[in-house]
Amino acid sequence: MAERLVALEDQILGGDADEDCDCKDGMFNGLSRRHVLAAGFAVAGGAMTTGRAMAEAPPGAIEYPVQPDPTKEQGRTILDDGGYGSRSQFENEVRWRYPTASLDSSWSMTPLAAGFGIITPSGLHFERHHGGIPTIDPETHELILHGMVDQPLRFTMGDLKRLPSVSRLHFIECSGNGLTEWVQPTLKTVQGTHGLTSTSEWTGVRLSTVLDMAGIQDGAAWILAEGADAAVMTRSVPIDKAMDDAILAYAQNGEALRPEQGYPLRLLLPGYEGNTHIKWLRRLEVSDRPFMTREETSKYTDLMPDGNARQFSLEMDAKSVITFPSGAMKLPRPGFYEITGLAWSGRGAITKVEVSADGGATWQEAALEGPVLPKCHTRFRLPWTWKGEEAVLQSRAMDDTGYTQPTLAKLVEVRGLKSVYHLNAIQSWHIAPDGEVTNVHA
Amino acid sequence: MSMRNFVLPIFCVASGGMAFAQTDSAARTVADLPAEIEETGERAPSPPPLSSADDGAPVDLATNQYGIGSPASEEQIAQIDIDVMPDGRGLPEGRGTYAEGETLYADRCLACHGENLEGVAELGAPKLVGGRDSLASDQPVKTVESYWPYASTLFDYVHRAMPMDSPGSLTPDEVYALSAYILGQSGITSDDADAVLNAESFAQVTMPNADGFVEDPRGRGQTE
Ligand code: HEC
Repeated sequence: MAERLVALEDQILGGDADEDCDCKDGMFNGLSRRHVLAAGFAVAGGAMTTGRAMAEAPPGAIEYPVQPDPTKEQGRTILDDGGYGSRSQFENEVRWRYPTASLDSSWSMTPLAAGFGIITPSGLHFERHHGGIPTIDPETHELILHGMVDQPLRFTMGDLKRLPSVSRLHFIECSGNGLTEWVQPTLKTVQGTHGLTSTSEWTGVRLSTVLDMAGIQDGAAWILAEGADAAVMTRSVPIDKAMDDAILAYAQNGEALRPEQGYPLRLLLPGYEGNTHIKWLRRLEVSDRPFMTREETSKYTDLMPDGNARQFSLEMDAKSVITFPSGAMKLPRPGFYEITGLAWSGRGAITKVEVSADGGATWQEAALEGPVLPKCHTRFRLPWTWKGEEAVLQSRAMDDTGYTQPTLAKLVEVRGLKSVYHLNAIQSWHIAPDGEVTNVHA
Repeated sequence: MSMRNFVLPIFCVASGGMAFAQTDSAARTVADLPAEIEETGERAPSPPPLSSADDGAPVDLATNQYGIGSPASEEQIAQIDIDVMPDGRGLPEGRGTYAEGETLYADRCLACHGENLEGVAELGAPKLVGGRDSLASDQPVKTVESYWPYASTLFDYVHRAMPMDSPGSLTPDEVYALSAYILGQSGITSDDADAVLNAESFAQVTMPNADGFVEDPRGRGQTE
């Protein structure tokens, strides 16, 4: 595995890490040095490679003896799992860590190809941490709200759980999703190209509820959100967004947040780029202007060809991707396949997804599975008969603001190749006559 | 769902109602399973989450309609209010020189960011200086010097998150000194050994790329 990534590294950087190339970017240097890559994988990949040879159950599963005929003997007894269920020992999807040089500031990606429907299992929700995953006892965790408010307030987790709550299904997408794909098709799977988006049902208190309790003062325009991790992550959020649909979330998919998703409390800013959804939330400060934190200046800004950078591109643009068939699969033979994938928009609801099997020459409307929710993954499907000929599969999404997902060429025309973030272009999967599916630019 | 509440019934039994008497030395590391209800053996549900008002903290119902949460005191806020803004708001008292920063850099930063602040790709530690006038080229080099629009971000970020192996360990004086060194190396402030940065002089620093950021110009529904 490590060797394949080394090859990938050569492919991206031409085997020669230029001093001034993107590998210097904090988000991009993972593919820059082969020995680090190999070392990282010895640790991270160990369980998967050597572990499998020892037939250990995949993460999240327990190995039980397989019964020769389960109709002829009793199955295992109830609560054998201690009262908290595990997945089948025959299900093996796992998040994949992008090989950043730093293990503390790194990200892992959701295996979208294996997903069904629109909800991402909590254990497969993508991760992006800038200082590891803190372990926090919710009994001692507090949220402080201060700044331009009439009454600064302090909330325990108990306080927040006693306030009126909402549950909403929303995707979170890292604006770095796809950053390897600007120049040339680089990663091979949909997990690698698109796996920094996930959808959960989030439950918590509307941020407007606590802001109303504190009383926002005239002139307030931004609010700083800060996490209790080693990065003490901070982002500025427009107050209008905070008052609109922002949630102080303490639950995900019907149970408490997972630690890597911000346990015990995270900010949820529906449709906004993932980095703003501050995890392990400990502080909110209302202000008249943005704070210009490191992540909203040095990072998560889009450098344009003229040398200026777009800042605060917070709403994730409409995007879609075909998850089946997708990269590194092989269709066994010509015949019927159901093309399926996900579409989403940070600005609203998906209104239409079209699919092309000929690289964008002709398009057919896919069926959208309900419910089609705003700022949420939407599942699309289209029956397709593959005749065994070369094909290029694409999908393009439209949202209820009238936005249509652009081609990569269109994006590059305006943004050039150095903007790193916010790549939402149409994805192309090439199907070869032998059924091999590969990531291409078409 | 609250872990605190899972624990509560058990503590009530074990410690006679002193459920919340928790000392640092006895800080819990996991939640106990929900207690079993005696007659039926059912698992006890989580009790309603306790609000801090239930703990006796003062709440002014006139200003707080739910009677939930408590006022945050200035002292409590000050303990975690560490951000620094472009206009200098939030800069703590203190001072540091270029020379002090050079020593500190060698001690606390060099191993990761390199002898000449050139960064170490193997560690994911970015280059901190150089790259000026490269942003519109085919090979833009984004550093504190070339890209960051505000010096305040340097103070704020180093203070909160660096050094990566010991975040939050630097005093304000040390962060002023390190800033003086990094900005001095960037040719943004003086690289005289005794060049000083403090709250006042820091707020005056103008970064080369101060005007390099624009709002996203795209309107609603507009592709590019
Ligand atoms: C153990 C390694 C390590 C040490 C020691 C260290 N850093 Fe870092 N530094 C990093 C890494 C890794 C990042 C990137 C973090 C990320 O992207 O989330 C970083 C990022 C930074 C950045 C942001 C750069 C950018 O362009 O966004 C600055 C500034 C910085 N460090 C300054 C310092 C200073 C000053 C010290 C010494 C007090 C220091 N660092 C010590 C590893 C280190």
